[in-house]
Amino acid sequence: MQQVIVVGNGMVGYKFCEKFVAQAESKDFKITVFGEEPRPAYDRVHLSEFFENQDAKALEMAPAEWYAEHNVDLITGERVADINRSSKTITTAKDREFSYDYLVLATGSSPFVPPIKGVEKEGVFVYRTIEDLEDMLAYAAKINAEKPDGRAAILGGGLLGLEAGKAVLDMGLEPHVVEFASKLMPRQLDSRSSQVLQLKLESIGLNIHLSKATNQILGDGKITAMEFGEDDVLDVDMLIVSAGIRPRDELARACGLDVGVRGGVVVDNTMKTSDAHIYAIGEIALYNQMIYGLVAPGYDMADVAVQQIIGNTDKIMPADIDMSTKLKLIGVDVASFGEPFMPASKGHSIIFENKTQHLYKRINVSHDGKKLLGGILVGDAADYSMLHQVYLNGMAIPEDPAQLILPTSEGGALLGDVMDLPDEAQICSCESVTKGQICGVIESGEATDLGSVVSCTKAGTGCGGCKPMVADLTNATLKSLGIEVKDSVCEHFDYNRQDLYKIIEVKGYTTFNEVLDNHGNGGHGCELCKPLIASLMATIHADTANKEYAIQDSNDRFLANIQRNGTYSVVPRVPGGEITPDKLIALGQIAKKYDLYTKVTGGVRIDLFGATLNQLPLIWKELISHGFESGHAYGKSLRTVKTCVGSTWCRYGMDESVSFGIELENRYRGIRAPHKIKGGVSGCIRECAEARGKDFGLIAVEGGWNLYVGGNGGANPRHAELFAEQIDNATVIKYLDRYLMFYMRTAKPLQRTAAWQERLEGGLDYLKEVIINDKLGIADDLEKEMQTLVNKFECEWTQAVNDPEMMKRFNHFVNSEDEDDNLVFVPMRDQKMPEPWA
Amino acid sequence: MENILDTYCATNIEDVTVWFKAASVADFPVDGGACVKYKNKQIAVFNFSRLGKWYACQNLCPHKMEMVLSRGMIGDDKGVPKVACPLHKKTFSLENGENLNGDLEAIATYPVKIDAGSVYIGFTE
Repeated sequence: MQQVIVVGNGMVGYKFCEKFVAQAESKDFKITVFGEEPRPAYDRVHLSEFFENQDAKALEMAPAEWYAEHNVDLITGERVADINRSSKTITTAKDREFSYDYLVLATGSSPFVPPIKGVEKEGVFVYRTIEDLEDMLAYAAKINAEKPDGRAAILGGGLLGLEAGKAVLDMGLEPHVVEFASKLMPRQLDSRSSQVLQLKLESIGLNIHLSKATNQILGDGKITAMEFGEDDVLDVDMLIVSAGIRPRDELARACGLDVGVRGGVVVDNTMKTSDAHIYAIGEIALYNQMIYGLVAPGYDMADVAVQQIIGNTDKIMPADIDMSTKLKLIGVDVASFGEPFMPASKGHSIIFENKTQHLYKRINVSHDGKKLLGGILVGDAADYSMLHQVYLNGMAIPEDPAQLILPTSEGGALLGDVMDLPDEAQICSCESVTKGQICGVIESGEATDLGSVVSCTKAGTGCGGCKPMVADLTNATLKSLGIEVKDSVCEHFDYNRQDLYKIIEVKGYTTFNEVLDNHGNGGHGCELCKPLIASLMATIHADTANKEYAIQDSNDRFLANIQRNGTYSVVPRVPGGEITPDKLIALGQIAKKYDLYTKVTGGVRIDLFGATLNQLPLIWKELISHGFESGHAYGKSLRTVKTCVGSTWCRYGMDESVSFGIELENRYRGIRAPHKIKGGVSGCIRECAEARGKDFGLIAVEGGWNLYVGGNGGANPRHAELFAEQIDNATVIKYLDRYLMFYMRTAKPLQRTAAWQERLEGGLDYLKEVIINDKLGIADDLEKEMQTLVNKFECEWTQAVNDPEMMKRFNHFVNSEDEDDNLVFVPMRDQKMPEPWA
Repeated sequence: MENILDTYCATNIEDVTVWFKAASVADFPVDGGACVKYKNKQIAVFNFSRLGKWYACQNLCPHKMEMVLSRGMIGDDKGVPKVACPLHKKTFSLENGENLNGDLEAIATYPVKIDAGSVYIGFTE
């Protein structure tokens, strides 16, 4: 067996391992990979996301177990210190020796710190690893604790520097970007596009200082200011240096491999260094006298090295490397492709610029106007994928090339269809996936939807920039195969949810059997259509779940959430999370009396677990006598409206978030919807109620509320989108009535608002047209329908405990007062839990 | 825990030696179920009124061994009457107990007869 040692466990080092183990022959090889950082490889491209959630795991390329499962030895936290080429061994910093048949250098790069006087002071950071970020966060927290208006500067206005600018914003400091050149992103953008980007970034709070050479860093021990000229000083509390990268070639130098004048290990088109047993890939490899700091060429290099080592020597690195790139910087689209700056001698440029909208588009075309040679997009890069494909594949362009970038009134169909691309067109450059491969897995039946296309081909799993195009290709291919995505609710009906809604509304049906007998397929219903029709009845007739309980899902049938062992949990409504001490005491006493496991939920209320069916009505009788009502935690209905304490107590509060949250929770309590709904109301932009993570969210701002819609947590977390700004309470209610009712009318079964909104043709703009401008002329109806639901609200638990017939439902046995004798509880931190499943 | 399954054996009507009078017809929901206690057994009984038939089976879902099937929704899978477990929606034929959407062991079914407004379940012991 041959030994392959990979030095460096970054993105490219990991990709080498991934591509290696994917090869069948790799059983003849044993891979050992060394990483000096404490954790396995992570996605450095999306490093700034760490500031949002501080979840290092989420950035991992693959968990540590992946390496073990694929027989790759991963040794983290141990730097390779020395290479001995004659004995073909390496020595680590812990003085351990390993021998290799092939050595792959993937050591990447380190941040370049210019030799400025004072750069060693406390408070100066570089931006490269998760440890760097953790250090920054800790320091920023210290600043924030000391003063309210801390400032941080970023030295370097390149791509990474602007990413760091976002990090500073996220840390709550005032960001200042200091650039030596006269424009931002000097390597990717021309002057005009750079100015447009600058305007946009300034509008969102970045301070930008161009043409500044830093003389020294001032401060006694820790940084207090940067000095540019004699009277030109910028006071800052922190500095992040992002002034370029230097290849980590010290190992290669020490063992005598050929290196470039300005660093980097010289490689040929097989990724071999000057020693035939040593390869170099990624940001350390000097290929074509260039260091490529992008992920896609790094991944290609990893692939070439893998193929070369296992003997497929035909696989080489192309001479021309596509440096096209698209990214979102602080929410601003920036993209460049092909030849972004082109001298007039090679072709003509067509430029569209609109500074009022922060938009810039430039394309470069050949003198004869027939070929697209490159371009730059700032502010809106929606056309990037298509333009990039036209460039890569040398496709024909319109007679007037300006049409490629001019805003069109009819929604720009000028670029043609994705299906017009040639099969060899590379759609995902990170994973080298072509159009032919994507269409192929669908045509062969291997993949049937977007999810399976992604898992079969890996397309879209790198930077993710190609995802919209992969989705378009998937849909178009499915359509071309005549595959219709059927959305009827189940085998018993040929209708979807929206059809059934209209049928029940128009015909006025009030029972499940009426709908099934008149519009079903002759069957007897099932666990899909029964609760669905129950939900529609609730929306259309304002029925509670007590009306026809046998068609309700277990939770709605027993008005409680069924738990793992068949017992239930009890969640009374605590509107807005506001509760009196007396009610809190009552909850505690009831929980104690019935020996219920008690926990505060994520939705600011209190959940009592472990109630048997027989106990439910007894518990609820007591809760109701203390003024509680059903919390509908068991229904596809409004759960909670989470609130922060707002201006009633908080010194920063702009409005009474609790009062408004309670009003909204009480307004929408009990309504049944396609899925559960949650709301949030925050008293200021600090957003303590996490309103943007809810189906509807409100944030108090100067002059009213900002309304956000379509957010959720769950498996696919999504921030709600800004729907209306600075509106008053009455307008919020008007829009929400319409929005929720429109959702309840048109969504698919079990579709959350986020997914519904995402798939709504025309998107958020269309939704605004319908809800705000009443494009469909239904706004009055929506409001009336909602008002009817609000007026007819009744607590279904109060209904149940006051009706002896309904109470019978809550017996475990129809012929005995006994309880389920199969229940076993075990102790758990002073409370109890069900015995674990076998 | 597994041996609790042995308590329940599919029973054919010709083997019935005991007809246990469980409750009156009105105690069961229309097109729904309820649970009957018989000795150490829990039996789920369903009034499938759309078919004009009654079914009985073990209350124990063999997936996670919880006593919950009587609280499941009933319906049909391509004409086969079934019950869906409320915990994870495993479905079982009410005719022969077969797991219709997985590979779980079949559940035990029992004969039911209605006489003078009362529901009787047939056992061998």
